[in-house]
Amino acid sequence: MLRTPYYSKMLAAGGKMVEFTGYELPVQFESTGIITEHKAVREKAGLFDVSHMGEIYLRGRDAFASIQNLITNDITTLKDGGARYSLLPNAEGGVVDDILVYRFNAEEYLLVVNAANTQKDAAWIEARLLGDTQFENASPATAQLALQGPLAIEIVKQFISAADIPEKNYTFKTLTLEGVKIILSRTGYTGEDGFEFYCPNAFAERMFDLLMEHGRPFGMVPAGLGSRDTLRMEAAMPLYGHEMNEETLCHELGLDFAIKMNKESFIGKDALLKNPPRYQRLGIKMIDRGIAREHCPIFNDEGRQIGYVSSGTHSPTLGQAVGMIRVEKEFTASTLWVEVRNKKLKAGIVPLPFYKRNK
Amino acid sequence: MSKLKFLKSHEWYSAENNTVGISDFAQHELGDIVFVELPEVGESVEAGEAFGNVESVKAVSEIYSPVSGTVTEVNEDLQSAPELINQDAYAAWMIKVKVSSVSDELISSDDYDELTKR
Repeated sequence: MLRTPYYSKMLAAGGKMVEFTGYELPVQFESTGIITEHKAVREKAGLFDVSHMGEIYLRGRDAFASIQNLITNDITTLKDGGARYSLLPNAEGGVVDDILVYRFNAEEYLLVVNAANTQKDAAWIEARLLGDTQFENASPATAQLALQGPLAIEIVKQFISAADIPEKNYTFKTLTLEGVKIILSRTGYTGEDGFEFYCPNAFAERMFDLLMEHGRPFGMVPAGLGSRDTLRMEAAMPLYGHEMNEETLCHELGLDFAIKMNKESFIGKDALLKNPPRYQRLGIKMIDRGIAREHCPIFNDEGRQIGYVSSGTHSPTLGQAVGMIRVEKEFTASTLWVEVRNKKLKAGIVPLPFYKRNK
Repeated sequence: MSKLKFLKSHEWYSAENNTVGISDFAQHELGDIVFVELPEVGESVEAGEAFGNVESVKAVSEIYSPVSGTVTEVNEDLQSAPELINQDAYAAWMIKVKVSSVSDELISSDDYDELTKR
């Protein structure tokens, strides 16, 4: 099994380690637990090891054109220092991955991809580069921490000068910290304000110590995969392998903001034009007692199966069971039935996201 | 607690009170418990068979009965406050049973401690 550069730090902090996409990562910490870590991120701050994420650099005169062809979103309007969410479609309109594209300048970009897909994406992308585009998979050399929560900004201010702090969501800065070049990005996967720090492996432990030292006085705690999942669920952020895969079409996910059909061409565009969406992504809250879990079948009032739960959990913020479901596009009723351990439990459709922070 | 008997699957049985619950080790391993599914009064339980489920944020686990018999009482507090199990697993009994027989796989408190020692 693989270990991130933070393995010893996580263990020392009381991390309960589990296997996740081939990495040994903390699911929660001894002195806190999922719900406490979740609440810390909603109210103060939490620190996650997300080094398992993949980092792919594309550089060169045709890097821009290569990316435009690879993704559903449009980076024509992406400025230097900006980050944009996109889907990476396959030729059939299915999803290879969902990614973030960072633009350093017109000829240098960073694609951040899901850990489980790094090898697949690297091969997919490298085989489809146009003209003058250089490819670098920097994943093994890059460590990443996510500092998330309303107090994240206060913590960052303690040791990074204002000029080096990205002001807006989905922007980033490249800066030098103790002589080391790092990327500080105002992004995250929790529905809160927050930052992601990318640094070379050699600086990883120092990066963690700095954040712990400055974060602790603000009530920041180390947080694990368990709360990362409940946080992203409440924010209705999809997770590859759950809400989407190679068979789900890009326009079946409720992510139309990231699909620019008026862009001249991109891989999968023709397939998306030809095939109307068959399914939709919706949110549910349980009405009957019980928790809908991933893969639970979903039935309409007539008793016909119309889909399944793609992610389901107990929402610590709402104190209620919630889920994201994949059901037929035609479905329009306001209630449905989730089969949990051979019992059909009633659930109601609710708008996504389940949780939205006050800005 | 020394009077309790245990299943290796981490349930306890109090012969004194005819109550059943899950061990402190189990609640600790499960993490934050957010849902408990228990049988109703009058239903029968079988020693060694699942009689309910306990769900943490992450996972669902079946609860096995240390005894055979009929459920005479269900701890309703756990429906609204399943976290009571995390707070005190030996106070948070789940069901009370009119016992007809006990599992022959029950072990003593000391043996259970030995089994779950880390």
